[in-house]
Amino acid sequence: MPAPGAGMSRLLEVEDLNVWFDLDGGRELHAVQGVSFELDPGERLGLVGESGCGKTTTVLGLLGLLPPSASVSGRVLLNGVDIVAGGEETIRPHRWIDIAIVFQGAMNALNPVKTVGSQIVEVLELHGLAEGRQARKRTGELLESVGIPRDRAERFPHEFSGGMRQRAAIAMALACNPGILVADEPTTALDVMVQAQILELLDALCRDFGLALLLVTHDLPVVAELCDRAAVMYAGEIVEHGPVDALYHDPRHPYTRLLFAATPDLYGEGVPASIPGAPPRLDVPLTGCPFHSRCDRVFARCLDERPLLRGLEGARSAACHLNDVGAEVR
Amino acid sequence: MSTNGSKPLLSVDELVVRYPLNRGLVGSLARRPQRFVHAVEGISFSVARGELLALVGESGCGKTTTAQAVLRLVEPVSGRIEFDGREITGLQARALRPLRRRMQLIYQDPYESLDPRLAVRAAVEEPLVIHGLGDSKADRRERVRDALGRVELNPPELFLDRYPHELSGGQRQRVAIAASIVLGPELLVADEPVSMLDVSVRAGVLNLLDRLRKDGLGILMITHDLSTAARFADRIAVMYLGRIVEEGPARSVVNDPQHPYTKALLSVVPRRDPRERSRRQILSGEAPDAVRIPSGCRFNPRCPIAVPECREIDPALEPAGAGAGHRAACIRV
Amino acid sequence: MSVAIREPGAVIEEEPIRSRRGLVWDAVKRRPSAIFGAMLLLLVILGALLAPVLAPYDQHQQVGPVFGHPSASHPLGLDDGGIDIVTLLMWAARTSLLVGFAATFVSMVIGGTIGLAAGYFSGRTDTVLMRITDYFIVIPDVPLMIVVAAIWGPSLFHIIIVIGILLWTSTARVLRAQVKSVRERVYVKRARSLGASHARIVFRHVLPQVAPLLIATTVLTIAVAIFDETALAFLGLGDPSRISLGKMIENAFQRAAISTGAWWAIVPPGALVAVIILSCSLLGGAIEDALNPRLRVAHLSARTFRLRTLVGRGSEAV
Repeated sequence: MPAPGAGMSRLLEVEDLNVWFDLDGGRELHAVQGVSFELDPGERLGLVGESGCGKTTTVLGLLGLLPPSASVSGRVLLNGVDIVAGGEETIRPHRWIDIAIVFQGAMNALNPVKTVGSQIVEVLELHGLAEGRQARKRTGELLESVGIPRDRAERFPHEFSGGMRQRAAIAMALACNPGILVADEPTTALDVMVQAQILELLDALCRDFGLALLLVTHDLPVVAELCDRAAVMYAGEIVEHGPVDALYHDPRHPYTRLLFAATPDLYGEGVPASIPGAPPRLDVPLTGCPFHSRCDRVFARCLDERPLLRGLEGARSAACHLNDVGAEVR
Repeated sequence: MSTNGSKPLLSVDELVVRYPLNRGLVGSLARRPQRFVHAVEGISFSVARGELLALVGESGCGKTTTAQAVLRLVEPVSGRIEFDGREITGLQARALRPLRRRMQLIYQDPYESLDPRLAVRAAVEEPLVIHGLGDSKADRRERVRDALGRVELNPPELFLDRYPHELSGGQRQRVAIAASIVLGPELLVADEPVSMLDVSVRAGVLNLLDRLRKDGLGILMITHDLSTAARFADRIAVMYLGRIVEEGPARSVVNDPQHPYTKALLSVVPRRDPRERSRRQILSGEAPDAVRIPSGCRFNPRCPIAVPECREIDPALEPAGAGAGHRAACIRV
Repeated sequence: MSVAIREPGAVIEEEPIRSRRGLVWDAVKRRPSAIFGAMLLLLVILGALLAPVLAPYDQHQQVGPVFGHPSASHPLGLDDGGIDIVTLLMWAARTSLLVGFAATFVSMVIGGTIGLAAGYFSGRTDTVLMRITDYFIVIPDVPLMIVVAAIWGPSLFHIIIVIGILLWTSTARVLRAQVKSVRERVYVKRARSLGASHARIVFRHVLPQVAPLLIATTVLTIAVAIFDETALAFLGLGDPSRISLGKMIENAFQRAAISTGAWWAIVPPGALVAVIILSCSLLGGAIEDALNPRLRVAHLSARTFRLRTLVGRGSEAV
């Protein structure tokens, strides 16, 4: 794990990441459109959006786990070094060692015929970090660090509850001591109490080990609870980026505001409202703002000119013309 | 918030549902004692017309089984279910048929609840055909159009000839709802109606259910999402391991929870506002499986305020809190 | 308020569900092996159907010496009765295919019904039907066929029935598995909870879903049926009044074609049987493959993606 503040470069810098998928008939789906963000050690960044917005594709792109039908452009700098430039060759040495991922439904992706312990040992041996007895010892440590008693290593996945399986998946991701953990919908299939346990675990891991967390989710309250900053994605691009507090209390993009408004809250007053319409197709070129057909503050410029992600005060940015004309977004 | 104070639409009394666990050949031969999954262990509640009752709880608490038992898709071991004042617990299939029109189930998965080979028109029309409603094809067509309009798929003509795979998740769920209300039911049982939909779409479907409620339908909504229940339900019943541990007006249960489980559950629900991070009471472990129910109060192993008596006494629902009809099952309240 | 019909982003994940006919057609269209198999089969069927019209000679008429060599006028020579083999092939194929298709039909009806009933009704019905199926699986096919044919007497009808009642078991099993899974689909449960009759559910919801698999299984069963017929005929249990491919081989064998060196009396019928079985297997296999749910694990495999160097903003470069 790199020491915090090592050199001038950030831990992770994603610059203008684009991902296209080949479709039948020579067409292309532009799934990720110019996504950029940074991550520092110990920081938690939430990548928020609904289905089809490109958040999962983005993180798969970071780890080089896209299928052959994908083409990628942009830079992904890990401690200043572009790991995407050489394709699989440059990414592989870093995958799992420096940046690991807990997939959506990872708890169901554990090999059912092998004990949980042996699967973690396998990861350690595969990456040449430990073998035999040492690997087993390290496995025990890893399990304890995620709140699983080490004697459970001998059990099979089906003997674990959903929450424990998710912890095991996190332990596997942490096996090589990465500096960055990507979690894709880590608590979506879990009960609210178990979700709280897992979120608390992730929080502790970030605090105690300086782990940087990239949390991909559609669940805004989860991001509000765990992350310091968030990037809201829509139609393949980041439409707003900033501290979570600012996103809720002073949104600078109508989608952010409307998304919060659509999310029910335990104690708030008022009734949540849907956002009418649907996201645009990403296999045809877009004119104007991708959100204009659903926006409640749309005006003429929105139909012709695509807003760029512009920096605003306080380490925030948003891609909305309303900010240019000084109008209120709320 | 119930409209007429007389007979409730649905009334459930001491419902018990158990599933035998598969012993396997060896188990049967060795005469191992038959073990059961105690899915629902004696619950009572009612739903009035024009009321939305949310049954909330974590997985394994028995809420889905309850919904299925109410619709007689699963047979209860004991207990009494009354629909519109008439007992339906012992009825056989033939007698149940006319009742099936009056209570409908809305499923969780909008991608699976529609036959992929049927167009919207056929899917919404099918219940009418099955029950022999509608005097003619034209009449049925009219009812289909009407139902689509009620679920806000406007103009209906745009959707009649579409197939499910051409529709979004929210639209599919609306079609499923249309297919349920085309029969003119009085009770809707909605099992996690929006959990598989995008956030920006959920409110629309829930508001639709709310409109149907205002039209006089009674709705029993099963959900694990407390925030949704807080915003859309009239009353909430919290289930744990086959029992209702707390119930009452939604506002009352959420703002003034009485049972320690409810309190803990509410404390860990993530909030939208990052500034609102209340003290979280994270319970350790997970709910035990419903095969071995703890003795005494079933929540006592995980309860933060348990005392020795809790292992002996199995508490019943007693009035608690300020709200009308607010009750909790805890000896320490 | 207009609502967009198409939901994008999901373009990658979702594959539009084709109509039942479309699924099979599509599967065939896409695979060269399937097209090849289909063409071959079609060719053989046409040849057999048009035997009365197209056959160069009469199937009972001796037009040359016994085991006459292949020549210009008789490309495949003559058989043990001096009859043109090309002609015989066409007529024999007719019988073989007839038996094959008919026996398959019988087995489809039996197997389909049993599989459907077992899968749909489950419980005791399922157990009983599956025990019966197991008994039939365990019976050795060919010896039983021999015994029955020997006792009952060789006639086309008997042969068809005998083959049919032994082939239905795999269909029953496959169909039962498929019906069971379809029955658990939410929309089927919904129809049941609505009070739809069993007949309605089966015909409207279950059968359309299992039809493609049924077609695949049917095609594959034809191959086996034809093989069985050939075997029976070869063993002398075929209908003596009709020529079939197996009978051709048997005749040649009995009349010492091998020691005479008359390979043209044995190889062509055998080859034709092989061709029919091959084409059925290719076609049936292709349809079966198309029905396997494609596993969406693309994102779990670390295969190489492609890099693009662009100048300017991503979206403009599209």
